[in-house]
Amino acid sequence: MRMPMSGLSLVPRGSPSRLWTWASPLLALLLTVTCGMLLFSLLGRSPWQAVSMFFVEPLSTRRGVAEVLLKATPLALAAVGLALAFRANVWNIGAEGQLIAGSIAAAAVALAGAGSGGWVVALAIAAAACGGMAWASITAWLRDRFNANEILVSLMLVYVAQLLLSYVVHGPMRDPAGFGFPQSPMFDRAARLPLLLDGTRLHVGFLLALAAAAAAWLLLARSVIGFQLRVAGLAPRAARYAGFSSRRVLWTVLLVSGALAGIGGGAEVTGPMGQLTPSVSPGYGFAAIIVAFVGRLHPVGVVAASILMALFYIGGELSQSRLGLPSSLTGVYQGLLLLFLLGADTLIVNRVRLRATPA
Amino acid sequence: MTATPRLSLREITKRYPGVIANDGVSLEVAAGEIHAILGENGAGKSTLVKIIAGAVAADAGAIEFDGRPVVGADPAVARTLGVAMVYQHFSLFDSLTVGENIALGLDRRLGRRELAEAIRSAGERYGMQIDPTAHVHDLSMGERQRVEIVRALLAQPKLLILDEPTSVLTPQATEALFATLRQLSSEGVSVLFISHKLDEIRRLASRCTVMRAGRVVAVVDPRGESEQSLARLMIGGQPPQIAAHDTAPGQPRLAVDGLPLSEGGEPLSFEVRAGEIVGIAGISGNGQNALMALLAGERSARAESIRIDGRPIGTLGPRQRRALGLRYVPEERIGHGAVPELSLAENALLTIDRLQQRGFVQPAAAAAYAREVVHHFDVRCPGTQARAGSLSGGNLQKYLVGREVLAEPAVLLVNQPTWGVDVGAAAAIRNSLIALRARGCAILVVSEEIDELFELADRLMVMAGGRLSPAVAAHRLPADELGMWMAGRWPRAEQ
Amino acid sequence: MEAAATLVAASIAAGTPMLLAAIGILVHERTGVVNLGVEGMMLTAAIVAFAVTHDSGSHVLGFAAGAVAGVLLAAVFAFFALVLHANQYATGLAIALLGAGASAFIGLPYSGQGLPARGADGIVVLRDLPVLGAILFGHHLLVYVALLLVLAVAWALFRTRAGLVLRAVGESPESAHALGISVRGVRLAALLFGGACAGLAGAYLATVYTSLWAENMTAGRGWIALALVVFATWRPLRVLVGAYLFGGVTMLQLYLQGVGVQAPSQLMSMAPYVATIVVLALISRNPRWIRLNMPASLGKPFNPNA
Repeated sequence: MRMPMSGLSLVPRGSPSRLWTWASPLLALLLTVTCGMLLFSLLGRSPWQAVSMFFVEPLSTRRGVAEVLLKATPLALAAVGLALAFRANVWNIGAEGQLIAGSIAAAAVALAGAGSGGWVVALAIAAAACGGMAWASITAWLRDRFNANEILVSLMLVYVAQLLLSYVVHGPMRDPAGFGFPQSPMFDRAARLPLLLDGTRLHVGFLLALAAAAAAWLLLARSVIGFQLRVAGLAPRAARYAGFSSRRVLWTVLLVSGALAGIGGGAEVTGPMGQLTPSVSPGYGFAAIIVAFVGRLHPVGVVAASILMALFYIGGELSQSRLGLPSSLTGVYQGLLLLFLLGADTLIVNRVRLRATPA
Repeated sequence: MTATPRLSLREITKRYPGVIANDGVSLEVAAGEIHAILGENGAGKSTLVKIIAGAVAADAGAIEFDGRPVVGADPAVARTLGVAMVYQHFSLFDSLTVGENIALGLDRRLGRRELAEAIRSAGERYGMQIDPTAHVHDLSMGERQRVEIVRALLAQPKLLILDEPTSVLTPQATEALFATLRQLSSEGVSVLFISHKLDEIRRLASRCTVMRAGRVVAVVDPRGESEQSLARLMIGGQPPQIAAHDTAPGQPRLAVDGLPLSEGGEPLSFEVRAGEIVGIAGISGNGQNALMALLAGERSARAESIRIDGRPIGTLGPRQRRALGLRYVPEERIGHGAVPELSLAENALLTIDRLQQRGFVQPAAAAAYAREVVHHFDVRCPGTQARAGSLSGGNLQKYLVGREVLAEPAVLLVNQPTWGVDVGAAAAIRNSLIALRARGCAILVVSEEIDELFELADRLMVMAGGRLSPAVAAHRLPADELGMWMAGRWPRAEQ
Repeated sequence: MEAAATLVAASIAAGTPMLLAAIGILVHERTGVVNLGVEGMMLTAAIVAFAVTHDSGSHVLGFAAGAVAGVLLAAVFAFFALVLHANQYATGLAIALLGAGASAFIGLPYSGQGLPARGADGIVVLRDLPVLGAILFGHHLLVYVALLLVLAVAWALFRTRAGLVLRAVGESPESAHALGISVRGVRLAALLFGGACAGLAGAYLATVYTSLWAENMTAGRGWIALALVVFATWRPLRVLVGAYLFGGVTMLQLYLQGVGVQAPSQLMSMAPYVATIVVLALISRNPRWIRLNMPASLGKPFNPNA
């Protein structure tokens, strides 16, 4: 390929560059931060405040770090599952819907178990997993049985889930003592996740996320199904040659990613929120897609990337409260990060060469 | 010799990651000359003609056409100069009609009727009749090639390039093509064709450039050479000897009975006995891959239509068939037989089922198995952790064949065992199949290379149009009769 | 009778944004490129069109601005997918997310704002005819533009050389390249056209169909448009039918309320999404049929130097 203006060429490499596999996310981050600084100065603020709001402030206090880890929890949970799915070339774009379904299920159990003992929260989380799994199984069934494209189906189900949530908090689960606001009653103490650190909102959900990452790593590296899903994503014909069941891979990754996203939703409502509201998720399910990519679809990378994404969220909130900038900047940065990552990934398989182009 | 050559290449060099495809290649073609490029797979012939046709840019060297330099790589420029190319794997659009396909290849815009008339007259003149309104996906291979050639001819080329033109043709169609090419040559059009078929080169070409490993090793008049001397130039020494064999085949191990390749297709029946190699000859695309997919378990069939040692296995998957001793080496190494991004050890996990225990993979055992394969089959690689995609074609094929052979199969299916493989590796692979046969394995080999089949097979069948000929002892089938069979004309005797 | 006529007319109006987006998608998917970013492009175009219309007072300027916004985002996609050879699906997703985020960001000062009034829609005199007037002649200009656009694409795709080249590139970019056709050039042109269509769709949504801006106001229409093209097996006239049908489905809620069906509004709003899923399932059931009709190179990267 030739770019006529500058004489730059993209020449394919013999084998993928290991260096750039891990350097590419860093390059993408650098470019995103640069854009961030540019945006801040265009909006009349100091560009260095961009860096400080997003990367310094949130980590400067114990409570701040706890908030970051708290925010990272649903992201990491969902993204670990998505990493497995994407590796198997199953494009589960509907994690947001599975997350919402999980939160509804958890809320239902939490409310139904009002007045019971501490086991309610465990049941609620289990219900969240089931809710997410059930939601994902719709996509799995339609792809398995009808060959329907999972991107479009899972995405449509996101809108359905959002409408379902809206219906539920306006109707069946609405707090009768809530002055008509669309929200559920607050859950009992027993239905709330135990805290990890005093004086913070960080709860055991974070440990669940770490456990999920560890389990996913084990699955990929050592288990037969993990190997099968890797082959399914890398070379589907080879998977068929080996006799691997593509149906088994499909259901496994969708159910697992649905369950994990659901747990993420359940952890949000039984954790910091304590009730079900229409704003359960400010797009965590979509952010998790970016987290999965930035984390190179690797469980360890995903955890690191989820912390990074949490910084984006919190930085956006801080920018709003301290500097009066809109929090929707977060969405812009997230999109830019993914875009720059995809661009930087070119360097993994291609080398840039300066070439004197003839006329 | 004093006239300006139609085409002149000087010191053309082209590098790809890990390989030098063309290394200082120089070539000259006179006006009206039929010039052949001879070489084995991987010699650099296809790359060279792509450079001439402007589809690929050379890294160094000069091209002159009718004495004027050609700069830059642009198919459109090449076409304007008068270069027309007919590719080995056709560049036709299946969903479009013949007329639309030809229209796309022309620089001038012709109305629909004008175009149909031009197609008709060119077809008549050169013996290449085709119907402009037919959809390409309905055409046979020979007809598709005609479309490609008519498209090239309508551009009124000065140089016509053909890449392995007869690899998909029956002997009769080949003769028709040769007549067309001779007529073009007499009209002053230069013809450059790539082939590895020695007898055809000797019949058609007046000059031949022999290439090996990216370099030109000789330029000769093939009419003055024998097939042996051409082969020696091509390979660079004596062709490697294949071990002789005598056979006493045992019981049928693989029995195929009434197996149709598709819904409503003709049912196929044959068997392969222990200690014998049965070869299936035929041009690619006549159903060989479908047959292999059915036999290997990638597609399911009626249970009794395929039996191993008497057991019906038609509905079983690949894993269960492997447990019964059936193993398979597919045609495509990359993406089918092996996952290029994974290591050699991990690729062993694809088909060696004992490397998985109770839901977990055994990386140490897999590495050990891979090491054995590498050792026994002389696979040149940096180690068993090397990515499969980083191996050369020959070495990867040796690994894949070795992976299956080392598992001591009862029945082995091999599809194109030495396609794209260098001579040394090809000989090693063929020898390993012969050694496997001596150990009592029943082997089914599908190959496009007739020479290879004559070397390996005890019995031969021919596949044409989804049908299978009767099996005959290999030494009882002369090569020209084989040509007739490949066109589907074999005696319809009962099995 | 009047109610039915209103319903049909409303369906046409409601289906127009999806029609515009879908015809653009069809053109670039015919060259083998999948751009999942349509939703983000429509959103960004919507807010840009709204902002420009609000600030300048001209609807026409708003349409133009919306189209330009769509083209710009399509150009970004083209750079990543065609020049850098990035994965088309992921790039499209990135554009969708970026477009959504950018639109929310730009749209902050405009929520709750209104737009200057525009003239009455439709063709004079004819729009006042009973029944047919509302259905055929009472629409905004852009509805007719969309219709003409679809007919033009249908004609051009099968009757002109440009359409031939487009289809050839989509079926086999390698063969097209070997013939000297600039695959990248054709795909770029198709993508930019798709961007302009998505831009018009967004502009129409924010300045004509409704006259307000709200975050995520496209509510998945971009995704539905992607599905529509699959349903229509990449044929323009089928896209026309499909888009209006889906417009009808989105109107279902109002219709049902009109005939007295009592159901929670959220559940009825699910109709277009559920309908999309159902039709998608039915259409995809036969994989060979899809493959037969699909542009063969759809979604696969093409690198002539590889």
